[in-house]
Amino acid sequence: MIRINCPFCGERDHSEFSYGGDATVIYPELDAPEAEWAEAVYQRSNPRGPHKEYWHHVSGCRAWLIVERNTLTHEMGAVTFAHAGLTKAVEG
Amino acid sequence: MSGYSVWSVLREGLRGQTGWDRAWRDPQPKAEYDVVIIGGGGHGLATAYYLAKNHGVTNVAVVEKGWLGGGNTGRNTTIVRSNYVQPKSTEFYEHSVKLWENLSHDLNYNVMFSQRGQLGLFHTPAARDGQAKRVNTMVANGIEAQLLDREQVRAMVPHLDYSENARFPILGAIFQARAGTARHDAVAWGFARGADQRGVDILQQTEVTGILREGGKAVGVETSRGTIRAKKIGVAVAGSTGHVMGMAGIERLPIESHKLQAFVSEPLKPLLDYVVSYGAPGAHFYISQSDKGGMVFGGDLDFYNSYAQRGNLPIVTDVAESALAIMPCLGRVKLLRHWAGIMDMSMDGTHIMSKTPVENLYMNAGWCYGGFKATPASGWHFADLIANERPDDLTEAFSLDRFERGYAIDEKGMGPTPKMH
Repeated sequence: MIRINCPFCGERDHSEFSYGGDATVIYPELDAPEAEWAEAVYQRSNPRGPHKEYWHHVSGCRAWLIVERNTLTHEMGAVTFAHAGLTKAVEG
Repeated sequence: MSGYSVWSVLREGLRGQTGWDRAWRDPQPKAEYDVVIIGGGGHGLATAYYLAKNHGVTNVAVVEKGWLGGGNTGRNTTIVRSNYVQPKSTEFYEHSVKLWENLSHDLNYNVMFSQRGQLGLFHTPAARDGQAKRVNTMVANGIEAQLLDREQVRAMVPHLDYSENARFPILGAIFQARAGTARHDAVAWGFARGADQRGVDILQQTEVTGILREGGKAVGVETSRGTIRAKKIGVAVAGSTGHVMGMAGIERLPIESHKLQAFVSEPLKPLLDYVVSYGAPGAHFYISQSDKGGMVFGGDLDFYNSYAQRGNLPIVTDVAESALAIMPCLGRVKLLRHWAGIMDMSMDGTHIMSKTPVENLYMNAGWCYGGFKATPASGWHFADLIANERPDDLTEAFSLDRFERGYAIDEKGMGPTPKMH
């Protein structure tokens, strides 16, 4: 079981969370060229090692998180709110 | 190297099994080959076999980091079927089943292909409509399939949960009689032996650490046993495609690596004569009984990117629940082993067999859950692509650039979310 240290709820089993995919993908402007959209929608770096990814704490505080995790060893790194405003609200 | 036959088995039985040769050689790598295939799983070995057999290309090496079939070839649940609906996939997988049907004879190696038939259960009227459409599509493509009602299914597999209170009431099933299972190790070994007999060098314990490029062309591989130059390189390493293609400077692909678990129980007396599968909201499950009696089964992905070849607990529970929801009689059966393999989950759920932006570098990847059944056809068409340096009419549809061109082949209609395929 992977344990994710939710900044609001504390460390929980990953079964409380839903995986949201690669957090490094940045979607282009709506009127950006097709090639940029194809890149954002379809191409992934899929690293074998450190990976930045979204998790949704569905069965907890329901916040979207950005989690750093190693895809080969499942070693966990930093966990932060996906929305900077939330970090500010919780810490502020 | 001698062929296998009933006479050789009898002869060796009388001689105390002392006269068998190695099934394939263990050669030193040559300095250069016409074709180097990276990956000694079923697909890589099949590619080498058909390069030699269909195209007369025999100066070929298969370079394998570990042992033959130690990756996904040895980690799947061995199901072979061709119940696809997208036009090119239908054709591709049906070609594969036809190759399976003669594979043991063709290879002179018993791959134990058992056409026991596959039942895909459905549990709602809407799912029945969906499966009726699938049957029609298959039949229209010349692939035999039937829609069975509840009583027909009950007659074939009496020990599913047909009770009033069943969590997933069984309304019927789609049935492909020619589907079945095969012995996965034997598939790797049979292709290896067949390729070796035709002159292919199989290099085990040889890890590729780099892909040599000169002027934008791939010209060889760096390995743990030295540099091997090659006129053409084929990559068949599904699960690690991103890692290996990265060595050629291709950093981004329409693939995510996810792990899929599989399970085998203690051996039981004959219990299940067919492959049975079902998918419903909240459950996904497929099961067959091996010739040794073990119940071989699996379910969903672990649902997050991973290269760890080991599974995680929530899916073990999910699969166990899915199993008991449909086959309560398995409740006291002990689990013998459980493991995971790394799937190349592509953006549309369909494989990629293609030239790449690097000249002389060819890729065979993105098989999602479905690579094992594809093994012979994958080798057949990948060999054709490498030998002729152009995709045939079928392979063209599976090109790497289909995504940006808007020609994704999305069998399930899930969109570009790899874990959902």
